Parts: sequence; C-alpha cells; structure tokens
Amino acid sequence: MSLLAIEGIRKRFGPTVALDGVSFDLRPGEVHALIGENGAGKSTLMNILAGALRPDEGRMQLDGEPYQPASPLEASRRGVALIHQELSLCPHLTVAENILLGREPSRWGVFRRSEARALAFDVLRSFSHPELKPDRLVGELPLAAQQVVEICRAVASRARIVLMDEPTSSLQRDDVDHLFALIRRLRSEGLGIIYISHFLEEVRAIADRFTVLRDGRSVATGPIESATNEQLVTHMVGRSVDQLFPERRPRPAGEVVLDVVDLVAPPVVRSASFTLRRGEILGIAGLMGSGRTEMARALFGLAPVASGRIRIAASDSLLNATPAARIQQRVGYLSEDRKGEGLALPMSVADNLMLTGFGSCTRRGWLDLAAQRRQARKWIDALGVRTRTPDQPVRTLSGGNQQKVALGRLLHQDADILLLDEPTRGVDIGSKAQIYEIVADAAGRDKAVLLISSYLPELFGLCDQLAVMSRGRLSDSRPIDEWTPEGVLHVAVDAMSA
Amino acid sequence: MVETTVPATDTPAAAVRNPLARLGPFLGLLGVIVVFALLTDTPDQYLSIRNFRIVVAQTVIVALGAIGMTMIMVSGGIDLSVGSVIALTGVVTAIALRDGLDPLLSVLLGVAAGGVVGVVNGLLVTRLKVIPFIATLGTLGMARGVAKWIAGQQTVNVPPTWVNELAVTFPDPEWLIVAPGVWLTAALAVLAALILRFTVFGRRVFAIGSNEAAARACGIPVDRLKIWIYGLAGLLFGLSGVMQMSRLRQGDPTVAIGTELDVIAAVVIGGGSLNGGVGTILGSMIGATIMAVLRNGSQQMGWPNYVQEIIIGAIIVVAVAIDGWRSRRG
Repeated sequence: MSLLAIEGIRKRFGPTVALDGVSFDLRPGEVHALIGENGAGKSTLMNILAGALRPDEGRMQLDGEPYQPASPLEASRRGVALIHQELSLCPHLTVAENILLGREPSRWGVFRRSEARALAFDVLRSFSHPELKPDRLVGELPLAAQQVVEICRAVASRARIVLMDEPTSSLQRDDVDHLFALIRRLRSEGLGIIYISHFLEEVRAIADRFTVLRDGRSVATGPIESATNEQLVTHMVGRSVDQLFPERRPRPAGEVVLDVVDLVAPPVVRSASFTLRRGEILGIAGLMGSGRTEMARALFGLAPVASGRIRIAASDSLLNATPAARIQQRVGYLSEDRKGEGLALPMSVADNLMLTGFGSCTRRGWLDLAAQRRQARKWIDALGVRTRTPDQPVRTLSGGNQQKVALGRLLHQDADILLLDEPTRGVDIGSKAQIYEIVADAAGRDKAVLLISSYLPELFGLCDQLAVMSRGRLSDSRPIDEWTPEGVLHVAVDAMSA
Repeated sequence: MVETTVPATDTPAAAVRNPLARLGPFLGLLGVIVVFALLTDTPDQYLSIRNFRIVVAQTVIVALGAIGMTMIMVSGGIDLSVGSVIALTGVVTAIALRDGLDPLLSVLLGVAAGGVVGVVNGLLVTRLKVIPFIATLGTLGMARGVAKWIAGQQTVNVPPTWVNELAVTFPDPEWLIVAPGVWLTAALAVLAALILRFTVFGRRVFAIGSNEAAARACGIPVDRLKIWIYGLAGLLFGLSGVMQMSRLRQGDPTVAIGTELDVIAAVVIGGGSLNGGVGTILGSMIGATIMAVLRNGSQQMGWPNYVQEIIIGAIIVVAVAIDGWRSRRG
C-alpha cells in the first residue's frame, strides 16, 4: 500500500509547461529519490505536494484518500512537510520558536515558552549539534545547524511524508553524514521521504527507489540498485552524454591573456595561480564554497584582493580594479546568480544585452534606439534566444533563454576574457547544449574562457585545461586528458593534495 | 512532557549580548541629558521635576505613535499615514465634542477612526498587494483630505471637558505628577511590550518580519495578521490624535504634518529596523524621549528651531549607522 500516489500531474505557467505528466508512488519507510536536471520540474512538483501550488491536472492520493492541499497549512495538517532548498527560517527568532512556528504551544494566546523549549529540546536531543540550544537565535547559527532546525520542524510537526529539496547543497561532509543518519532514522520509523537531488552518488547512498524527471515528465522509476549511473544519466538528459557537447576541434594555444599569480582574496581565496590563453577553455572545478566564485569575483573587481599579481594582455594590472576598469580591459563576467546579479530582470532583452556595451548604439550619450534594436536582434538570432521582440522584459523568458541573454552581453561587449560562473545553472537541457556551443564557438574565435562549474561532465566535455579549487587553494592546471572525474573529486575534497 | 530536563537558558551569546545592545538607546538618552545639563547655565532648572513634566507631556503624541509603528515595522511594514491620521482623529473627536456627545464616546470615536484607517491600510497591503510604503502614502493623502473636508477647512473648537486635560503639562490633581495621558501611554507601552514578547501573536509579528515566506509556509495566516497589526496600530495613532487635540484644545486638520517621520525616527533610534524582525517597544519609547529631550533642551538653550532639526536629523543617521556597525561586527 503506498503512502502517497500521484498520477498524471500537469502544471503550466502561462506558456511554459513545467510538469507534463508525472506519476510515481511513495511507500511508508522508504526514501524515494526524485532525480533530474535543473529545470526538469522537481521543484514545481515539490511545491504542488506541499500545497504551495495547485496542479492543473492529475490525481494525488494520500493513504488512499484524495489529496488536494489548498495551502501549505493544509498539507502540513495532512502530515506533509517540505524542507526547502533555500532555508525558510526566521533568523530573528529562537531555535524553539522556529521549530514550533505556526503551531506554538499557548494558553489564552500567551506563548508558553517553557513548554516550547521542552518540545524543541525533545526533537533536538537526537542531533549532535552542540550549538543547537532551544534559546539560540537562528540567525547566529551556522548553515548546517540551521538546516537541522528545518528538519526538526518537520519532525515536530509529526509529518509522515518529508519532502527534501536538495538538502545537502549547503552542507559539509560531516553534516551530510549526520543528515543521512537522520533520514535513515525517519525511514525506520515508517516515514516516507522524497529526496530531490541531482547528485547521483548521494542518491545511491540514501535512496531505496528512484524516479527520473525529464522536461516535466517522469521517464523512469525503479529500485536504485537496478540502474547504473550511466543509465540514470541517460534518462536524465534523454540522450547519451557525449552528444551534448560540441565536437572538440584541436586549437593551437594562443598568447597568454590572463596571468594570475598567488592571488589572495580573503576570507575565502587563499592562493590561486593560473594562466589563460586565447582560444583556450580553462575549467575550474571544486565544491560549492571552495572559493571558485570568490576568485572570479575578485578578478573582476567585485571583491577585494589582498595580494598577488594579475597580468592582463601581457601588462601588469591593478590588483583592485573596478568592474568598469576590467570591462575596459576586455574582461567579461557572467555571475552564477543570474536573478540577483546577472540580469536586470524588469528591463528588456535589448537593454540587458547592451548593459556593458551601450557605446555601440549611442551618439554623444544619446541612445539610438533603432540601432540598439537592430544589434539586439542580431544577438537574439545568433544565440537562438526565444523572445518575441527585443523589447520584452527579460523576466518573462525561461531560465535558459535568460542565460543566453546574459552570455550575449559578454559577446556584445566583445570581451576577450570570459569569466563564466556556472553558465548552465538552472537551465533546461536544450539550452544547455546551445550554451555549450556558444562557449566553444567563442573559444574558436580566439576568446579565452574561464569556466567554473559544479557539473563534471560539462567540464570534461568542454574544457582544454582544468584546475580544481579546494578550500581556497587552486591546484595546478593540467590538460583535461590528464584528469579523471575521480581525480578531480579527490583534489576537491582533500585540501592536502592540492 | 514538560518535565523533560531542559538546559537552562544558555547565557553566553543570547543573554549577555542582547542587554548590551538594548542598552544602546538608553545610553544615548542619558548622554543627551548629560550634555544639556552641562551646557545649560541653570542645570538645576533643567533637571527639575517641572522640566521633566514638560518633556514627557511633549513625548506622548510621538510615543503613542511609536508603539503602533514598532509593531508595524517589526512585521516588516511601514506606515506613512500617521500624521494625517492624527489630524483626522483629532478633528473627529473635536466635532463629536462640539456636537455635544459624551466626552468618553467622543474619544472612542476618534480612536476608532484611527483603527478604520489602519484596517484600510492593512487591506490595501494584503488584498490589493500594494507595498506598505505606497499604500500608506495614499492613505496619508486621503486621511488628510477627509480631515479638512469634515472640519470644513478650519479648526474645530471644543467646549471645556476633561478631554482637554488628558495631556496637560501640569495635571490636576497634582499627585498624578504627570498627565493622565502620560500614564495611559506608559500602560499601553507595557501592554504592547508584553504582547510582542509573550504572546503567540507577538512572536508571529516577528516571524512575518523576519521571513514572511517561511511564516506563510508554516501555516501562519500572514494576511489576516497584517490587517490586525495595521488596525491595532491605527487605534494607537487615533489615541495619539486625541492627545494632539487635547493639547491644542481644538481639532486642527492641518496639524501633525510630518509627524510620521518623527514616529519612524523614534523606532529607528530605538533599534528598530526598516527590514523587519527587529525592534522593541522599550527602545522606541526611549527613541521618542530622546527626540523630546533634544527639542526641550534646544528650546532651553534658546537655539532656533533649525538647530533642533539639524541635530535630530544627525542623531537618526548616527543611531542607525552605529546599529549597523554593531551588527556587522557582532
């Protein structure tokens, strides 16, 4: 008997189809992994299960009864708890208050602090986190402890189904082990856990069964032991991985355009040296928080550099230049945070393309709107951006098309050095392939590309050279053929060998 | 299950640092008083009970507003309509008194008028989804307009009743020491502080300001609570309007222009944050008092009005800068 059964769930947002027929079932005492690329619809599905969104079509049953939660409150009353990818805690409240948020013990409306503390302590007892005291303010806790608070909230709500959306994305190794131990305990108590992730190793370690989502559809399901990683990846991308990347043409390495020696950018980047040549794609691998993004931001003048040497196009450059100066030096930066930093979402596609290079369509400071539109259209066609007009707000585009606009800006700016930070994050598979092509094409036209990515197949499929960042130290860069995925991981997790 | 052994409040971080942080506004108040006591030629007059009465009587209007504003700002909102609401509710009370209604009923009418504007603010924010800054900017205009309209664009004179004695500087009987309005304000401040700290409602106000999405996800009826918050604050602004009328002894539709900024300043000087989740009633009361002390001190020194304005402006910026600096280092 399944705890939760869902069938034929569909959901569209305007013209975008987010879910296009998802079915699977969850049994009591099982960890069921939902795997899929970013944009496959995992988060939409979670939100539907948690009552934050309503499906357009499809049926859901909880314990054999129809389940149509109209709100998160109703979902939680039925015993479904969602643990968000982005933590949803109140930093100004205490641990106990957060754990009991929405169901605070009270009498005559007066919050019963001692009872709350006792209830919270009951749940917290099972976690070996010394900083987790019921009276601590959540905002003062480290990230991993905050995540534990979220999980405690689910436990305290007596949830029978716990939805976990990429719960390890902000955790260190030890904390992941703690989390897994906890998940196993919940499982042994008969809870059903839906575990979203795209880390296959993690899924293997914790899940009993899996369902793969691709483009909003459930395409495969079964016991996790029955499938190899290759099969899972093939299900996820819908074609075998090697078709995803453009054919690599051997390029003669050009002159050095960026030479970085002993770059130190506190607090994260402790030492980074590398050279980047024209026509070359240098990959930077590493765990999240290892300092990859911080290095790129420091190079682009978005974070202070303490010491080191930066040579751009064979001449020494200021260590701490402004982004404007870097753009003058023909450096371009693609932020990993597309919505927060990469794009001006309410502005048009054309404006976003030109933000760093309005010069091409201005005369004495006045915009030539016709020229701007003409040039924007050129990039829209060249990059295959799906937009009706150049005047459409970027906000209305899909993630993949937004990212193409962000990349297009660097191309329009005609940067020689492209610092790309997670260029395919949150992008559907089709756009991914197009973005790979754009990047390879740029390198083919003698641009130098620094490609930061958490997705190893991407690095191996695209790069000429690879270096690994680990706890703020960048390893030597070596030709991609001398690396193996295992080797990269080994360096990434073990700072000593770097 | 309450018997479970719970570790006593772990003092290190939360308990030791917080009182220090809360002491900030208090030290500021003390500092301002000391500075004026040193500057003035007649310190014994400046520090007299008589001058104390003057200061607290002047504080009442902003202090009542700051109680309501603290709730709103802790929940992550803002209310710009305070000054207009004070004028409107003062006029409403004055008209009721003029037309011979029972004084108590007149006062309640004034307070209720404030509550109505507050509920309207809450509805605009939650139903129409207009951000609080704009929604209350709108009601700022509307409430002021309605006040002028019902007052016939002139002041409304009132017959002498006890209402006129609510916020006087020298109360009769003298054993009251300060005006009944001051006592009422203090009582309401204590009540509001207790509610914010010790009730589920209060904790949820903080939760909304701290992370609204989380509060919603935990099943807290955020919209309904916001209407309550703006409504309750409106009642306090209404009472503030009654005090304003009481001090003027007439209903003036053009009074209290810009008072909302004094009220917001009081909350901010007291440690409240425009981003929500932070703020205390005690801090806001001290903030309101600091501003009244500054005004009073400047008057005693014979400084012109513009000096007060410059000083208060500077104090606001410095208070917030210190606060931000402290939390960054914290």
